[in-house]
Amino acid sequence: MPYADLDLEAGRKNGTVWVKLPNRHFDPEKGHQLYNRYLDELEYGETLGFDVLAVNEHHQTAYGLMPSPIVTASALARRTSKCRIAILGSALPLRSHPMTVAEEHAMIDVISGGRLISGFVRGIGAEYHTFGVNPTFSHERFHEAHDLIVRAWTEPGPFAFHGRHYKVQYANLWPRPYQKPHPPIWIPSQGSKETIDWAAHPDHRYTYLQTFSPAKVVQRYLNMYRDTCAGYGYEAKDSQLGWAVPVYVSSSDEKAREEAKSHFEAFRNIFVKMPLEMLLPPGYTSRESLKSVMKAKAQMFGDVSIDQALELGLFVCGSPATVRKSFEAYRKEMRFGNLLVMCQFATLPADLTRRNMELFAREVMPALKAL
Amino acid sequence: MKFEHGFVEVDGCRTSLRRGGSGEPLLFLHGASDAPVILPFMEMLAQRFEVLVPEHPGYGLSQEPKWLVNIHDVAYFYLDFLEKLNLENAVIVGSSMGGWIAMEMAVRNTSRIKSLTLASPAGISAPGIEPADIFLMPPEELVRNLFHDQRLAEQRLAEPMTLEALDIVLKNRHTTARLAWEPRLHDPFLPEWLHRIDVPVKIVWGREDRILPVGFVEHYKKLIPHAEVVILPDCGHLPHAEKPEQFVEIVCR
Repeated sequence: MPYADLDLEAGRKNGTVWVKLPNRHFDPEKGHQLYNRYLDELEYGETLGFDVLAVNEHHQTAYGLMPSPIVTASALARRTSKCRIAILGSALPLRSHPMTVAEEHAMIDVISGGRLISGFVRGIGAEYHTFGVNPTFSHERFHEAHDLIVRAWTEPGPFAFHGRHYKVQYANLWPRPYQKPHPPIWIPSQGSKETIDWAAHPDHRYTYLQTFSPAKVVQRYLNMYRDTCAGYGYEAKDSQLGWAVPVYVSSSDEKAREEAKSHFEAFRNIFVKMPLEMLLPPGYTSRESLKSVMKAKAQMFGDVSIDQALELGLFVCGSPATVRKSFEAYRKEMRFGNLLVMCQFATLPADLTRRNMELFAREVMPALKAL
Repeated sequence: MKFEHGFVEVDGCRTSLRRGGSGEPLLFLHGASDAPVILPFMEMLAQRFEVLVPEHPGYGLSQEPKWLVNIHDVAYFYLDFLEKLNLENAVIVGSSMGGWIAMEMAVRNTSRIKSLTLASPAGISAPGIEPADIFLMPPEELVRNLFHDQRLAEQRLAEPMTLEALDIVLKNRHTTARLAWEPRLHDPFLPEWLHRIDVPVKIVWGREDRILPVGFVEHYKKLIPHAEVVILPDCGHLPHAEKPEQFVEIVCR
């Protein structure tokens, strides 16, 4: 849900649209139009037959206008009737009180009659700068908040919870979630061994969703998830694996590439861009991962053209036949049970977004669902 | 003057310690980005003191103990350190975060402390004065902002970055974040108790400090009225490294 009206030159000059891009660049009048446009597009997703409408959380950035996915998901809960609504996810460590997440997700689950998919994330590094939450406690807070939320959803209340970061004398959730034992939990991640170990653990078996990575990297992490499950002594179901990727479909490969080029490149080279220190504050990742990122710095932090992105499988774009074939091949290699297509990105305008959704839903999706 | 490097175990933490010179004990508490090396001012001080230069828990070659959660843990650790090494009448010299640790120690217990010299100490917040964001600064910019004299920055930047050195840089940054990310570089409860410091205090600040602006000095004057304050012209965040002769003279006088 980007601020598509962004002055791209301002974003580029600032080096990033995260944390410190002055908010005078946000125009509430344009914001009003955009929010309603995006909500209409999400609702249109149900009409077109998508199974799930997914929203996410990012703070103080032109990259996304959903500091609270709860607000978006709530609106969707009332305006849709069949689709599942996925919050991917709530950034647990950034909340001062995880009970608020347990409550809000339970409300949406009850209002929607059990259509909620709950996602939990840690928030990205930039958000530890904006919120001031100590990144060296990120993992601890995430795990503790998760434990409290799941207990609040499932255990008879009231009970007391004495964590290191969160303390509740009376955990006694009203409303309890609609789904039993609780809404499914998905874990979006850019790939980390620690997250995979945790999500794959037999106590969790949460759907692991690899987001915005080159296809080879997606495959590596999905395999790592399967292997981790095998190490725990069970076989991962395909439904435990997911891939989230930007997609653009048009009448021909050439047309798709031409129409998507400036919007995709704005997405990759302006909207998601940020310096290393912002992306990975100390403690957010292990020092070993930090070192490997530093080694790959030129590749990760430099600009990527649409052609490089297509080559890497960072982006799937083309005619319906091309996109269908790409996903059929990827599905064969990776055996993901969930595919999240990001049909709008950066500055992609409303008409192209709708046509993209329509072509994907009518000419690509049926074949993939049949697999 | 020869410094010897060894390890001492305090509170279950194997702690890197360099010692040199003889005389009254002087404990130097380093800041967030100090290199674990013997600097000229230490050599000078070692003419007159027995200089002890530990690396804080979580920094350099010292271990990262499980109990290390906030700055108070480091303060209690160093009070135990003074006891364990049976140091008495210790002159404590602290730079930046080290100055903060020195104050946190002294509000708790000064029975083994003779005096404090604080070089651009972190530790308090002051309305209208914002420390530089050391966590958002690229490493090179951070080094440049430490010094007024850019030749010193160039020298530091020219030091080769080995893999071992990189490990230590990342470890130090991690511990600094743990201790000082939020609240940023200060303890909101410290000012209330600074009146408990009952030993002589000297505060030295570089006038051109680009990490912790010299404006903090006015607040320290109110919070520690008995402190002697010296502002050094043409000097950045590390007076001990940038103006070693003047700094040593201030410590010794």
